[in-house]
Amino acid sequence: MAGGYQIVVCGTLVPDPLQTLEPVMGTQGPGLKNETMLPAVLDPWAAHALYEAAALARQHPGSSVWLVSVGPRARLQQLMMSVAQKVPFQLVACDGSASGFTDAMEVAGVLAEAIGRIQGLDRERLLLFGGCASASRDAGATLQIVGEQLGITEQFMAVDELLVQPTGELRLKERIEGGQYLVSVCAGPPVVVGWATGNLPEPPNNPQVGMLNMRGILPALQQARAVQVGVGSAVYASVSIPEQRRATRVVRDLSPAAIAAELAAWIRS
Amino acid sequence: MDSVLWIAHTEASGELGRSALEALTTALRLAGPSEQLVAGVFGPGAGRAVAQVGRCGARRWLVADDPQLEQPRYAADVAAVTALVRASEARLVVAPGTSRLHRALPGAAQRCGGRIDTRVTGAALAADGVQIERWFYRQRLVARLSRAHRPWFLLLAPGADAPWSGPAEPPAAIERVPVEVASRTRVVGTEAPASSAQTIRPEADLLLVAGAGWTKKQADGQTHVREAEALILDFLAKTQASLGSSKSLVDQGSEGTPVLSFLSHLHQVGQTGSTPRHPRGLATCCHGEEPHVVGWRFIKERRAINLDPNCGWAQGKADVVYVADAFEVLARLNELLGPTG
Repeated sequence: MAGGYQIVVCGTLVPDPLQTLEPVMGTQGPGLKNETMLPAVLDPWAAHALYEAAALARQHPGSSVWLVSVGPRARLQQLMMSVAQKVPFQLVACDGSASGFTDAMEVAGVLAEAIGRIQGLDRERLLLFGGCASASRDAGATLQIVGEQLGITEQFMAVDELLVQPTGELRLKERIEGGQYLVSVCAGPPVVVGWATGNLPEPPNNPQVGMLNMRGILPALQQARAVQVGVGSAVYASVSIPEQRRATRVVRDLSPAAIAAELAAWIRS
Repeated sequence: MDSVLWIAHTEASGELGRSALEALTTALRLAGPSEQLVAGVFGPGAGRAVAQVGRCGARRWLVADDPQLEQPRYAADVAAVTALVRASEARLVVAPGTSRLHRALPGAAQRCGGRIDTRVTGAALAADGVQIERWFYRQRLVARLSRAHRPWFLLLAPGADAPWSGPAEPPAAIERVPVEVASRTRVVGTEAPASSAQTIRPEADLLLVAGAGWTKKQADGQTHVREAEALILDFLAKTQASLGSSKSLVDQGSEGTPVLSFLSHLHQVGQTGSTPRHPRGLATCCHGEEPHVVGWRFIKERRAINLDPNCGWAQGKADVVYVADAFEVLARLNELLGPTG
């Protein structure tokens, strides 16, 4: 595309998946115990979207990448210390809750407003990226709502591949049922692309990219607007950790043949 | 009592899928005894497909069968769903969590001024109205919640309810709902491995998970990746099990390390992968770390083969852990399972 793409990636922090999560009920709804202290990572699907965006921008000179994040400012700053070293991007930060219990519609409203305020954003060149779900709310709904609010009606979810055709058309592969891909061709931007894992590995840390990014990220964090995102109209009756501990039988002294026989009987039962 | 709209779409076969019938069971329960259910079906052949559930007790039958709805595209699907919701004037919308509706329903909720909850694993009528169950943080916390806002859109997870069954009979009257479709997208087709090479089988009774251990050095100091491939494929062919994998193994492929050639990100189970719903699961050479095991939340019976008696599976995450070499066990197991059917 002449002049490149303008790629906006929506994504924020989630608790490190290795952390133990414990719910607590507050006056504003449920949350996580010691939520502000939990180590955080960029949501894995949003991270894939960011890496795909950067790869696409590299292939198309003149392209720009923005990362739009709603999260507590201090925690976003901490997160950026690692994320900024991965790929070049500009940050648009909104200082609000990144809780998984926030309502998708409220978060979408904040994201759409933040995207709408990006200076010089050309909607005709806009690729709106994000994860097809998140590791916190896991709604898989936010991106579509942001797209609707921005008037983008070409949307693709659970995408693993986006190829720009010589004609400028976009060829996308979306995951569907049964391990299959739905292959579609879209005339061009603006489109919404909710990424699954894509095909790119996590880029190695690059301190030079990090230093360049941080020049823009620190002012963006300072200018982050305070936003209110909550549980919306949801009334939570309970939030709990499911009972998941099983009485595991550890079998140490059976031969492979005996184990195979036991498994064969189990499979056939 | 809320009026309830059950929304479903036809499959490529022109029929309603299992998840649509599961959602119908939920919708009927939420509609209660006062017959507040409206059925809305879109897609090619929707007019004929409703006969499949014609005796479910819906009081109205809405159908959108514009030929342009044959291709699953967001712009067309969201227009169809929006039209059905508006025609029904329903306050509660219940839909199956198919890839098609998962993509389109949130947009329809936005257009209708509604709120949406997805991946709903249970819904019931409580004293104060409809209450749903859904999971947060990738199946690590479970919550029960309700909403006062209407319309309320519920996208049900597969397996949330038993599929509705009953005699087929065309409804007495069908209302056709016009849909305005304008899309810049065309569907080229689907891509899938040949049926003989397909290793993801959502309907299978058994899930076999292959972990990174299959590609590690074995007791002889060598890797045996090709042997591992043969053992796993032989097992899958004999059992018709579905294949899953851990992130670490799939990632090795992206990073250039030789891995099992038939694995892709589609096989990934866990925090950043899928959450399959098979009755039984067998983990092999997989350590059972929490980010992977969250994907096993809905696997009922779990067994694991691992050389480490202190692996994650042994910490209350599996029913049985066999401390053994998976290469040896799977070779013996394949012999016992007999020739490939």
